[in-house]
Amino acid sequence: MSTTVIDHTLETFELNLGPQHPATHGVLRVVLTMDGEYIVKAVPVLGYIHRMHEKMGETRTWAQFWPNTGRLDYLGALSYNHGYALTVERAAGIEVPERAEYLRVITVEMNRLASHLLWFGAFVLDLGGFTPLLYAFDDREIILDLLESVTGARLTFCYFRFGGVYNDVDDSFLTGCIEFIKRLRSRIPMYHDLVTKNIILRKRLEGIGILSAEMCRKYGATGPVLRGSGVNFDVRKHEPYSVYPEFDFDIPVYPECDSMARYMVRMDEMEQSMRIIEQAIAKLPDGPIMPKKKPKLIKPEKGDYYGNVEAARGSFGMRVVSDGTNTPYRMKLRSPTFSNLSLFGEAAEGMILADALALMGSLDLVIPEIDR
Amino acid sequence: MILERIQNAIASVETIAVTATDYPAKGYHLDILVEPEQLVAAVEVLDKEGFFIEAITGVDLLSFDKARKKPVSKKTDDQAPAEEETPPPPPPPPQMEVVYDFNHMEELCRVTVRVRLLRQTPEVPTISGVYPGADWHERETHDFFGIKFTGHPYLVPLLLPEDADFHPLLKDFKA
Repeated sequence: MSTTVIDHTLETFELNLGPQHPATHGVLRVVLTMDGEYIVKAVPVLGYIHRMHEKMGETRTWAQFWPNTGRLDYLGALSYNHGYALTVERAAGIEVPERAEYLRVITVEMNRLASHLLWFGAFVLDLGGFTPLLYAFDDREIILDLLESVTGARLTFCYFRFGGVYNDVDDSFLTGCIEFIKRLRSRIPMYHDLVTKNIILRKRLEGIGILSAEMCRKYGATGPVLRGSGVNFDVRKHEPYSVYPEFDFDIPVYPECDSMARYMVRMDEMEQSMRIIEQAIAKLPDGPIMPKKKPKLIKPEKGDYYGNVEAARGSFGMRVVSDGTNTPYRMKLRSPTFSNLSLFGEAAEGMILADALALMGSLDLVIPEIDR
Repeated sequence: MILERIQNAIASVETIAVTATDYPAKGYHLDILVEPEQLVAAVEVLDKEGFFIEAITGVDLLSFDKARKKPVSKKTDDQAPAEEETPPPPPPPPQMEVVYDFNHMEELCRVTVRVRLLRQTPEVPTISGVYPGADWHERETHDFFGIKFTGHPYLVPLLLPEDADFHPLLKDFKA
């Protein structure tokens, strides 16, 4: 890796961060060229858990790829289920019954809450505060129990099907969701008291890790990273899909561009997800969860198709190319954190190492999704 | 609005084809096919209009038409066996495609830029000078397809092992 010509008058040294390091949230390695405490150059090294999901997509039928979509981002897997469902339903022209759309939205938003809660705990852990992680896991556990009762899985969900979902919900799930929202609403002010208002946290985040909107555009960064840079871009509003247009919710945007702004975006997004779930449960229509007429074998028309959803970490896109057979010809997964991390090298230049770790935490990385 | 603007702006670049696609059916609005030499100019137009880069990927077209062509040619053989005196033209050399996806943050407008390359010598100029985010996408595409992005500052394996000399998404790749 050390192909860089180092000017020894600078007295720099190389520091290897990871691949096994608590602050990298997975198997990510960053080769840092340091001048004392300051980063001269940061080169992320990827691929430690690369599994070639895209090749797997070309060797099995459309339906057989479902389990793979749950194994990209293991913290927000249902969004990836959703992205795959949308893309193939668009390609094959499959209609989805309304109840199934509502169930998709409810479960995806519950999953988003779980993902943001885990990020909250892990991020504060990065900054040296251990206790909030335990609080966040306490809340998240309830979501996982609820989702398990419907989907059968706690992490690597495979709940969606072409045309709908595979299991209907019962009253205990819906009342469980309402109960949980009541609980989380009472907990979030406590999180703000304990963590957000903490002067040590604010000194570590405010004005640090600046990512300009222009930089986000050049690197294709999306999700809370982009919204923390003052850009109002959320796929749920920008390119409305499923039944999202029927709900009243806001997109939190913070113009400060620093690590604190990205923190605040995610904290505020939890409230918006809860609003969506409440409305969806109140309006949940009766009816089938799978369409009556659905082709047994999916054979989309020849051509390529693009589908896009807002995952917990940003815009997840899929480009599928069909050659008219029951096997995808090409399946490209556009994962949000891949683009979000790609700006780290430029952003970390000139930062103090401890601040760069805070910046990396605020990007909310999930490595299996970057490596795919 | 933006779609019209980009359609006008792209006219300044020599393209092979600019097609407005059916968005609800396809998921993107505009499909631009350019020669490799014109790629950077086309991407610069998108950059000026404020597009952001979503992804870059390749498609190996080696066996794309095989699935459908074989039964079709058999049928024509049955129907018109008398007209088989002229030998069929030699098949065109197999191609590869590099696909660049762009989107706009203010208004929904997804633009796809495509470049067709000869499968034997897949070479295309890098756009990482215009969009630094293209750097990793191009390295990944190089990993998977062996497509060479000329002028790329650091074209070493990104996701594959550092000594990888294979390209798994080529259709004739055998593990």
